[in-house]
This record gives sequence, structure tokens and C-alpha cells, in this order.
Amino acid sequence: MSFKIVVLAKQVPDTRNVGKDAMKADGTVNRAALPAIYNPEDLNALEQALRLKSKIEGATVHVLTMGPARAAEIIRESMYRGADGGFLLSGREFAGSDTLATSYALACAIRKMGKVDIIVCGRQAIDGDTAQVGPQVAEKLGMPQITYAEEIIDCSENKITVKRRLERGVEVVKGTLPLLITVNGSAPACRPRHAKLTLKYKHAATPTEKQDSGSDYTDLYNSHPYLNINEWGVNDIEHDIQWLGLTGSPTKVKQIENVVFTAKESKRLTASDAEIEDLMKELIANHTIG
Amino acid sequence: MNNIIVYLEIEDGIVGDVSLELLTKGRSLADQLKCKLEAVAAGYQLDSIGNQIFPYGVDTLYLADDKRLAPYTTLPHTSLLVNLFKEEKPQIALMGATSIGRDLGPRVSSALFSGLTADCTSLEVGTYEDKKAAKVYENLLYQIRPAFGGNIVATIVNPDCRPQMATVREGVMKKEIRDVKYAGKTRKLDVSKYVSDTDFVIEVIERHMEKSKVNLKASPIIVSGGYGMGSAENFKMLYDLAAVLGGEVGASRAAVDSGMVEHERQIGQTGTTVRPKLYIACGISGQIQHIAGMQESAMIIAINNDPHAPINQIADYVITGSVEEVIPKMIQYYKKNSK
Repeated sequence: MSFKIVVLAKQVPDTRNVGKDAMKADGTVNRAALPAIYNPEDLNALEQALRLKSKIEGATVHVLTMGPARAAEIIRESMYRGADGGFLLSGREFAGSDTLATSYALACAIRKMGKVDIIVCGRQAIDGDTAQVGPQVAEKLGMPQITYAEEIIDCSENKITVKRRLERGVEVVKGTLPLLITVNGSAPACRPRHAKLTLKYKHAATPTEKQDSGSDYTDLYNSHPYLNINEWGVNDIEHDIQWLGLTGSPTKVKQIENVVFTAKESKRLTASDAEIEDLMKELIANHTIG
Repeated sequence: MNNIIVYLEIEDGIVGDVSLELLTKGRSLADQLKCKLEAVAAGYQLDSIGNQIFPYGVDTLYLADDKRLAPYTTLPHTSLLVNLFKEEKPQIALMGATSIGRDLGPRVSSALFSGLTADCTSLEVGTYEDKKAAKVYENLLYQIRPAFGGNIVATIVNPDCRPQMATVREGVMKKEIRDVKYAGKTRKLDVSKYVSDTDFVIEVIERHMEKSKVNLKASPIIVSGGYGMGSAENFKMLYDLAAVLGGEVGASRAAVDSGMVEHERQIGQTGTTVRPKLYIACGISGQIQHIAGMQESAMIIAINNDPHAPINQIADYVITGSVEEVIPKMIQYYKKNSK
């Protein structure tokens, strides 16, 4: 029995280290100027996928990501941690996609994979924090969704039971496969790289990466087919061009502003008894407290 | 037709604050756009919903009352909205940026191919010029939201697709009754026309919802701690000060992430937005995402070892010193001087 698990993951700019050149003049993100990392909640999703794989005989885990050539890094990273392989969806036709155009492209790619039993992705990515792509992909594929998952409690005989962590509570829900799950950051962290797998997949590469490396490892890739990371362009998926990229994006960025707060005239105090007492007296006198 | 529709979040028959805040915002947008404000309630035993929401200026309430619609599950509520929106063609649809709204909104937007902007901090009406197409759009919804960890603020528009959809977090907008006698109409929906039996595929087996114990939004005084508090132990001082002043304890994301304090106390873009009379920031450096959630406080006191902490720029009083020293003194001199 085959059981196909697909993880949707994204390589994101590390928004904790944003510099001045992070945005381009047209309001889109200048990804080249920022360190790129594996979106944190997608790692939580990968962990849930790997746990499923270990419980279900014949299960495979493949990572699907859309992005520039270097996004293949997160596919390799996934393989070091236990994924079987991955697909990079790449091309300038996808550039400028909002969440809806992204989900359309991902849905087209998933359709090409044939029968998929479960799709797992992070709840949201740290560059946009929208939490939209998961549900939008599910809708495009006509699949049910379970968002905010913290733990897959059981998965057997086509049924899946999932614990959800909501803002104000916990829910346990049961659904029928195939479906899409988005995983919360509160779910268990992803296992670290496995040393043997890291060695095994060190040379895993997309066709573009092989070309760019300049060295000829043709024999290596022929004798070790698992080192080939799939790379799909727009012509590899069945699509309608009008739903891709900028034209497929109903939302437009009108304006981008850097956040600047107007500074106030502050009164500066020390921690001395006299100054703190004066402050408290003043606050009481003007009815701020008391 | 072409009205504004707000999706209501309902728990135990009570409409959530986030929905009432959206109705308040929706009302002022409807006035500006000269259209109606409408609301959708989907759930079970919804007889009292009208009385709860009409005072916010709701013209029409669509009521989908069916046992199977509560508790919330994704597909039935999606079908209801998608089919209702196809009929009513609202120009704007708003929902809470909650675990429900963030589950439902993208699903609906994907089905209708309409743009959705998550976690807006401001909604305005304005024009948009598409220079490439040499086209000017009037009366679009400006969906304004922080992005990139709060470092930028983006204004998003949906020029061509309807409805223009947005989610907003609880506490970001103000809640205000328009008119206690506002006369709205209720339209009961025949649920079977909107929702198919095959939509009920996810079964809720267990559900534990808690009412929030902390009410940061309603508190006139907030004593808030950051990473600089150092430990959960030190946070106790803040509870003492808050108790003495009659306030609530808040926290920055860094303090929450390091486990010093629970998430529901988090203030900022990914937490609650507050506007108290007095905000005392203790050991908070002042990341942009924190400041965005408290800058409208009437008075801000910053207590910090670092005289150059960013938060000092927006503070009315900057006390440079250690929190361990300052807080007990504040308690002491408050007690001494208050009657």
C-alpha cells in the first residue's frame, strides 16, 4: 500500500533580521537581501509528516515548495531530516504571486503528483503571517482542511483524528482522507538532521543546481536517482496562465511604508526615592491612578 | 446588493467582541460608502443575536440557524458564505482574525477568487490608480496591515474582485453602539439551500473552550513586562503593582516566548492591542510589534536599565534604573500618598 504524504514548505526571509534594503521600489520583497530560512511552522509540519510515515507502512514524504532556485535548500534540509524527496516549483511566471495565485500554482503541482493521501503544511509563514495558503490550496483541491493542528492523534483506515490548538481552547476532530492539515508552532519541534541522511543526500540537487555547479556528476545521478530533486516550471503543470503570478493575484500592494514612531518629549527620571515619590504624587493628583 | 457583510463569531449564543468591533468599523465604512451594513450568523439557537447586534447599526441580519452549524466546522460555514455572497454580491466582507476567521476567510476567498488581507490594523476608503492599465478606481477598501515582523506597513487593495475581504484581530478596532433603537431586519436563510450534506465531513469529538481570564482591553491601567524582567519570579512584582493600582498585567512577545508569562497577556501586533489610561512598560526594549499594540495609551511610563531603549522615545516618563528597585518604590510611595 502506498500512502503519499506531501508537505508544503516555504523558504522565507528571516524577518527577525530585516535591513533597510529589504523592500524593492515596487513594493515587493527583495528576498536576495535577507538570510533565507526554513519557515518555522513548516518544520513542525514536516515533523508531523515524518511521524505519520513511521507509523504507516509504505508511506512516503515529499516536500513541495515554490520559490527561486535556492529554495531547493529546504528540500535538501527536509531530506536530511527524513523526507524521501521533493519538488521545486520555480519560474518567473510565478513571481509576484499573492496567496491566492500561490495556492493555485501549488494545487496544480499537487494534482500532477497523482493520488495524494494527506497534505501537511505550517499554519503560516513568518514573512506574511497570513495563514491563507493552506486553506486556499485545500479549497482549490476540493479537500477538507484541519487548521491549527497540534498533534495527529491517530491515522488509520482512511480516518484521521487531530488535536487542534485554538486561541481559547482545544478541539479534537475527526475527518476522512484525503485532507489538508495546517500545523501550529505549538506542535512538537522537528527532529534534527540525521547524520547518515545528511551524508546520503549531501549531493541531492535540482537540474538547475547541477548545471550551475559546473562539475559533471552525471554518473553519480544516474546511479543514485534519489539524489535528483524534481524541478518543475510552468510548463510541467497543467495550468491557466491567467491565474498565475501578478495577473492571478487579486490583491495589489498600493503602498509600503516603513514604520516610524513619532518621538515624544519624555521626562527623564532616576530611580531615586524622591523622584519616584514625586511621580506617584503627580499621577495621583492628575487622577491617572488612585 | 454591494453592501458590507460581517461574519459573526458566536460562542454559547453570545456574539464575540471581535465581531462587534467589526460591526462598529463596518458601520462607519457603510456610512462613507452609502451602503448597508449586514451581518451573517451561522449556528444554533440564534434568537437573541439580533438584539445583540442591531444597536451597532446593522441593517440586515442573515440568520442560518441549524443544529449542524454549531460548533463551527470549515466546510458548512464556507458553503453558506460562498453561496450567500454569490447572491448578495457584497463589496466588502469582514471577519475576525481568530482561529475561526483565519480558517474560514481563505477558504471563502479561494472559492470566490476574491482577495483577502489578513490581520488588518486599519481599514479606510480611498482611490487607487493602476498606472499600467491607466485606470482609476474609486471607493476601494484600503486594507492596511503590518508585514515583515512589523517593520513595514502595507496598504493592500483589491481593485477588480469582490468582495474585498479582510480579517482584523480582536481589540484592534473600537467597539461602539450606534443607536440602541436601531431598526434592523432579520432574514432567515433556508440552510439546505446553501449548505450541502456532504459538507459535514469533519466531526468535532471534543471541545474545551475557555473564556479569557485576562481582560487587557478593558483595563485602564496596564503594567507590562518584557524580556528584561529576567524571570517569571520577577514578574510577581508586576502583579503586585497591578493589584495595588487596580490594573492588569501585560507582556511583550519576548517575555511570552521565553515562558515567563502566558500568551493571553501578550500585547502587540500578534497579541492584543490596548489603549489604557496608563501603561507602565517594565524591562521592555520596545520592538516595533510591541509599540504598535500600545502606542495609543494616554500615558506611558518606561522603566529600563538602558537609557537608549527604543521604547523611551514614545514614553512620557522614562525612568532609568532597575525594575527590581523601581517597582517596590512605586508601590511604597503610591500607598503612602493615596488615601
